[in-house]
Amino acid sequence: MALKTERMVLNMGPQHPSTHGVLRLELEIEGELVTKVTPHIGYLHRCFEKHCEAMMYNQVVPYTDRMDYLASMYNNWGYALAVEKLCGIQVPERVEYIRVIMGELQRIASHAVAVGTFGLDIGAWTPFLYLFRDRERILTLFEMTCGARLLYNYIWVGGLSHDIHPDFVRMTREFLESFKPTVTEVNNLLSYNKIFIERTANIGVLPLDTAINYGCTGPTLRGSGLAYDLRRDDTYSIYNKFDFNVITGQGLQGTLGDTWDRYYVRVQEMLESVKIIEQALDQLPAEGDVQSAIPKRIKPPKGHVYTRVENPRGELGYFIISDGNTNPFRVKVRPPSFVHLEIMDDLTRGHLISDIMAILGSIDIVLGEVDR
Amino acid sequence: MYEFLNELLGNQILAMLLTAAVPLVFILLFTLFAVWLERKVSAHMQDRLGPMRVGWHGSLQLIADFLKILQKEAPVSLEADKPLYNFAPVLVFAGSFAAFAAIPFSSKLIGSEIELGLFYILAVSSFMVIGILMAGWSSNNKYSLLGAMRSAAQIVSYEIPTALVVLGMIMLTGTLSLTKISEMQTSSFWNWYILGGPGLSLSKFLLIPFMIIGFIIIYISTLAEVNRTPFDIPEAESELVAGYFTEYPGIKYAMFMLTEYANMFAVSAIVSILFFGGYQSPVGYLGNMLGIHWMIPFEQAFWFISKGLFFVFVQIWLRWTLPRLRVDQLMALCWKYLIPYAFLNLIIIGIISLL
Amino acid sequence: MKTREEIFEILKAQFPDAVLGIDASLPTEPLISIDPLKIKDICVFLRDSEELKFDSLMLLSGVDDANGTKTKDEQGHDVITGGTLSVYYHLDSVYLKHRVTLKVSAPRENPDVESVSYVWRSADWHEREAFDLLGINFLNHPNLIRILMPYDWEGYPLRKDYKNPEFYLGMKVN
Repeated sequence: MALKTERMVLNMGPQHPSTHGVLRLELEIEGELVTKVTPHIGYLHRCFEKHCEAMMYNQVVPYTDRMDYLASMYNNWGYALAVEKLCGIQVPERVEYIRVIMGELQRIASHAVAVGTFGLDIGAWTPFLYLFRDRERILTLFEMTCGARLLYNYIWVGGLSHDIHPDFVRMTREFLESFKPTVTEVNNLLSYNKIFIERTANIGVLPLDTAINYGCTGPTLRGSGLAYDLRRDDTYSIYNKFDFNVITGQGLQGTLGDTWDRYYVRVQEMLESVKIIEQALDQLPAEGDVQSAIPKRIKPPKGHVYTRVENPRGELGYFIISDGNTNPFRVKVRPPSFVHLEIMDDLTRGHLISDIMAILGSIDIVLGEVDR
Repeated sequence: MYEFLNELLGNQILAMLLTAAVPLVFILLFTLFAVWLERKVSAHMQDRLGPMRVGWHGSLQLIADFLKILQKEAPVSLEADKPLYNFAPVLVFAGSFAAFAAIPFSSKLIGSEIELGLFYILAVSSFMVIGILMAGWSSNNKYSLLGAMRSAAQIVSYEIPTALVVLGMIMLTGTLSLTKISEMQTSSFWNWYILGGPGLSLSKFLLIPFMIIGFIIIYISTLAEVNRTPFDIPEAESELVAGYFTEYPGIKYAMFMLTEYANMFAVSAIVSILFFGGYQSPVGYLGNMLGIHWMIPFEQAFWFISKGLFFVFVQIWLRWTLPRLRVDQLMALCWKYLIPYAFLNLIIIGIISLL
Repeated sequence: MKTREEIFEILKAQFPDAVLGIDASLPTEPLISIDPLKIKDICVFLRDSEELKFDSLMLLSGVDDANGTKTKDEQGHDVITGGTLSVYYHLDSVYLKHRVTLKVSAPRENPDVESVSYVWRSADWHEREAFDLLGINFLNHPNLIRILMPYDWEGYPLRKDYKNPEFYLGMKVN
């Protein structure tokens, strides 16, 4: 007698320990084998784009914070860049340096969460807490500067909300020195752990042409082996003044573009960010008013602009249409997580349930940004 | 112990209940201590302090937690199969509690001195599988079901290498009685089976490497049997929320936790009996030196619990260091590596013991 | 690497009917206007042409142009009739590192635009979002359902004349 079998539909989320927010994955499974994954999003949708149309240009900045809440600095920065380009505002050099320092610190903090929670998805608790300990120090630096630990509202159109604290440079240098050993520690504890490699190598392989066709950017694209980094390839701000490497996946433990590669790109990028911050701290102009270029009233000419920054997750783009009023006519965000979440079905097909968590962790999504 | 109490009280039922009460109290106290230990050890490994508020270094935290969990409302899902759902935690706990009956804490402190001790423990601990399957099925939750299936597959598979290593030890010692195996390793750590067992013959030295391999195999497989990291896939919180006990609240949940920690100690105890002399002291007894003979059983209990706690500590240590395996890798480890090596080890031990 | 004007010339030579014009008067980025029902062929050309190689669609955004006639209904809400809804395509070549912006406009009453989800996989969700929030109908889209709003939501929130419903599934909306 043949046993009757049927496919089971498993709803993973919206409340689940490792969906990184309120994401619902509808899994079709045969035993442990996943045959189809359908992501359902929108649980955090709060009409950011509609809100923007009712706000003045400078009032939008705090709203951008709430999209990618792990990398709020970049959200501010991308928006500020877009409006500055639309109005033709030149920001002082000191502001640019501080923006770069803050941005790269934010990148370390965000990658620390990504790497840590990825370990957590695989079942390793300890590296997560080591990384959070160091992230906490970055947040303290941010708190010292602008008073907020998560949603900064720091980078304004044409300037910054506050100048840095007198102790900031010294404390940042101290932090950077103490951070380098943490990366080694995480590598020893996690990256080269046999079980970890078994769980992540050859899992969720993303070939390069598929990645490009899906519009993947950031570590997800670089993990597939293409050295494409907006900081270098579409330079904005003052990134051309710094010397840093664009990290790509090498397929060291398995196939090129697998989960381990994407993970390891993030680990190494933290060290590259340390390099950039060190150079920026050395070159930082000593004096200067960070608010001198902030316009009293923002009324850009009629037109449209698309600017993009390299957020820790990929390309964060702002498309702003202006009709010549004080409010934007349309603000459209290109959130990298939104684009990356789309590849889940392709990546997970034919894998086991446990691999879903590994793959989802490796593309590093933030639901606040997916749903806006 | 039952005979002693029976003579003392002259009442079989009372003696039976008292005998049963000792391991129960031990399990409760041990669980309180082990959970506290786990939290403190993990905290210090992760640069944290862990519980610090209730009592000295949070030592009373678990009592507070236990009181909270006792007071919890216990809602049952409407779709659940209620009789099975309510019976499952009891059955799971009964399985691990029953194993404690045959574990010799010292030469005197043993629930029942049965000849088939090892066989009995292997048999009753498989009881748990039924309870876990019951829990997973009756909860009417897909996560529970998946967790229960994983758990059943895992426990049944890993019993084979465990049994093979135990078989080798039985061939060597010629007995199934845990007390007798412990008695063979008396007087000094030199006589422990991890160092080839008692005596000074050639076969003792030949046995040492295979004993170490056997120890590693049984330690890994018992780790898997009690669902601890890196083998905690049945309750992998990042995949299956809490596995087979996802739907259990309050005191029923506490029973699963109690079982988990009781099992941790039970398997540690078996490992220490087989390879590390059980309740025997590694260096000799203070009671013998001072001439106070009634002290010896207490010393033995001390050594036994210390050894058990040491292996529990290693389990905790592993849990907070290693990531988790995937379900197919877990099975591959068992069937492709542990079982063949266990068989080979069994054959070699057999040949050596014939020498 | 090509400028937007050069790309426009190439496109114009290839598709004289479908490419409607280039708006270079805008202060920031020139914009190429395309016929909404020919956009797919043009996108296939843009992707496969050796000298252009636009291998990824960075952003697809629906926009309510609000260029129709505005009237008020009895409750005082804006109602727009006529005019157009637009879709903007920001294309990027990862290898050649040039960018271009395309624009299609479809009438508000019947906003049919051809789907490009077969050309770039990333267009799938972007188009669903534009459909969800603006009601732009993408022809030949494999799975054109709502994505951010609940599946049974009525109306298109990003339209300029959108009116909040009073109740959703019996719950008060405010």
